[in-house]
Amino acid sequence: MELNAVTIGFFVFTILTLGGGLGVVTTRNLFQGTIWLMVSLFGVAGYFVLLSAPFLAAVQVLVYIGAIAILITFAVMLTRSVTRINERYIRTIPSFVASLALFLVLLFGITVPIFGDYPSEMAPTVVMTTRDLGVALVEGNGYVAPFLLASVLLTAAMIGAIFIARDEDS
Amino acid sequence: MNVLNEWAFVGLFALMAPVFPALPIVIAWLFRPRKPNVLKSSTYECGVETIGDTWVQFRIQYYIYGLIFLVFDVEMVFLFPWAVAYNEMSLFGFVAGFLFIFLLTDALFYAWKKNALDWK
Amino acid sequence: MDELCTGLCKFMVESGADAGLAQFASLLVGVLLVSGVPLLTVIILIWVERKVAARIQDRIGPNRVGPLGLMQTFADLLKLLGKEDITPTSADRVLYNAAPLVSFASVVLIWVVVPFTPFHFGVDLEIGALYFVAIASLGTLAIMTAGWASNNKYALLGAFRVVALLVSYEVPLVFALLAPVMLAGSMSMLDIVNAQTGMWFVVLSPLAFVIFYISSQAETGRAPFDLIEAESELVAGFNIEYSGMKFGMFFAAEFLHVFTNGILMALLFFGGWMGPLYYESPLIAFAWLGLKGTIIYLTTLWLRNTVPRLRIDQIMAFNWKFLVPLSIANLILLSAALKILQELGIAPRDMLSAGFVDVLPTTIIMLLINLVMVAYLLGILRRHGQEFRRASQANQRTLAQAASGAGD
Repeated sequence: MELNAVTIGFFVFTILTLGGGLGVVTTRNLFQGTIWLMVSLFGVAGYFVLLSAPFLAAVQVLVYIGAIAILITFAVMLTRSVTRINERYIRTIPSFVASLALFLVLLFGITVPIFGDYPSEMAPTVVMTTRDLGVALVEGNGYVAPFLLASVLLTAAMIGAIFIARDEDS
Repeated sequence: MNVLNEWAFVGLFALMAPVFPALPIVIAWLFRPRKPNVLKSSTYECGVETIGDTWVQFRIQYYIYGLIFLVFDVEMVFLFPWAVAYNEMSLFGFVAGFLFIFLLTDALFYAWKKNALDWK
Repeated sequence: MDELCTGLCKFMVESGADAGLAQFASLLVGVLLVSGVPLLTVIILIWVERKVAARIQDRIGPNRVGPLGLMQTFADLLKLLGKEDITPTSADRVLYNAAPLVSFASVVLIWVVVPFTPFHFGVDLEIGALYFVAIASLGTLAIMTAGWASNNKYALLGAFRVVALLVSYEVPLVFALLAPVMLAGSMSMLDIVNAQTGMWFVVLSPLAFVIFYISSQAETGRAPFDLIEAESELVAGFNIEYSGMKFGMFFAAEFLHVFTNGILMALLFFGGWMGPLYYESPLIAFAWLGLKGTIIYLTTLWLRNTVPRLRIDQIMAFNWKFLVPLSIANLILLSAALKILQELGIAPRDMLSAGFVDVLPTTIIMLLINLVMVAYLLGILRRHGQEFRRASQANQRTLAQAASGAGD
């Protein structure tokens, strides 16, 4: 049963992820494209659940569907032609080549061990909890510097965004 | 109940959840009258005939709120594990968390001073 | 639900059913049982909502159909069934139909992590508290989709405003949510309730509760934050084009969301099912949770029916310039006090096993800190109010002078 459920889940989430991605690139409507993108990202959240990382799944839904989707729709409404992307923006062959190249890079990056062989104990058997994550974020030999660096990055992102988006006069 | 079984429950629930509101809608679909005409199924808006396109350009303020929200949302992602593990940390844990929040409060303060938080 | 599943599973396997099928069936039964609670309550809630609103406005409310008008909801349901369902020709058909479903589903899905009693709950997810925030964000997307798919200027404008409001108030909501998570040291709803054995979190961090209360009132789009139903400005908001049952679903979702928030607050801050004799029977525990949730729910109705609507600029200013800084300050002060007290050995490091006596000194200190903060806040608010009044008086004076000048 357990293997079964996981397999079914994997197929469902794969259909969601790939189908959503297909929807994004085929629709001519920017808002529908956003919704398709969310379907795709929801599928990715499902993968995280299957990988026993429910925290990341919740983060995926919270950040991507809760915030990025909203941000994209706000951004979409700043553009002119929402329902029909102008014909002159469609470049089938260059985008096909670019995405194929990216796909190959990812494929080789994952399957070919460039930096030596992966030791077989790479995949941990212990399922880490959110508490372990929190402890690792701040304790001595953990990830304090990246934790604070993330904060600096977020601050910079926000200040930069406001700097660009604001009108000069105000 | 192991973890995946729990999520199987959530998954099944997620499949069922849209069914509950869909059920009365489908039942209504069976019973309701159907007498469409051109005028009835035109956009209602405020009762007067619609003028122009709906997809007008919106003000940028929405986008700025969205951006600030996104930044805070990502911050939450870091703060949740921090809060969960908080009881096990030493004083250093508080200092790290405080610095993290303080830096972002700076950004909020900047937005405030630049009037980016005002609805215009 | 947990025990029922194992019970049913075992029974089915023993009577010769396939193990996988048995597990699936028991999961399905669990899902139906858990979802039954919100679905049944929403029928009652519509009646409660109307009755309370009527009483506050010195009316009687529904009183014709059935005793005390209790059957009114069913009558309304029958009426809605017979209503013609109009989909505007210019609307985006698929998204237009999907939006009310997602809107309602996003609220029902919150109930997955709601523990009804210590032993009866859907599932106890490790990330429970984060789960319901994430799920609630699906509702935001549904409103945006509804507004967009209607292909109507007012609907889109309404949806944009509502979504801007919803995302803005999510920030203080989550900051306030971090307080119980931090105190309990866990995101699981069951742990959060159990950690309140010693002391309810509303006593340990009253400000966090107030912030959570205000922002969840905004999250449901209730007065004074009811931009969702801005009849005077935007005809109705994001749901103008909807009719019949689909229109009804948006409202059912809203009613249920308000009550769900009441239950969530009862769980996060008021000790959930904790109360005299709760350990005697699951029924008593369930009754305590229901009672607490209902009381909080009724106060939100009271608030809704007594305060006027704010303008969008006021709502945004209140959130970003008052509520968000306050929630951040509250979180920092709470964490600082908690850590210092823990280092001094006064506060327990594990709330789950802490009794009333262990938490008492912490509680007193926390209450004092909150009191100082509230006094300071009231000072700020009073000063701000005086300034505002002075400015508006001066404004009126100049207007009056201009008017009299024009009269001459």
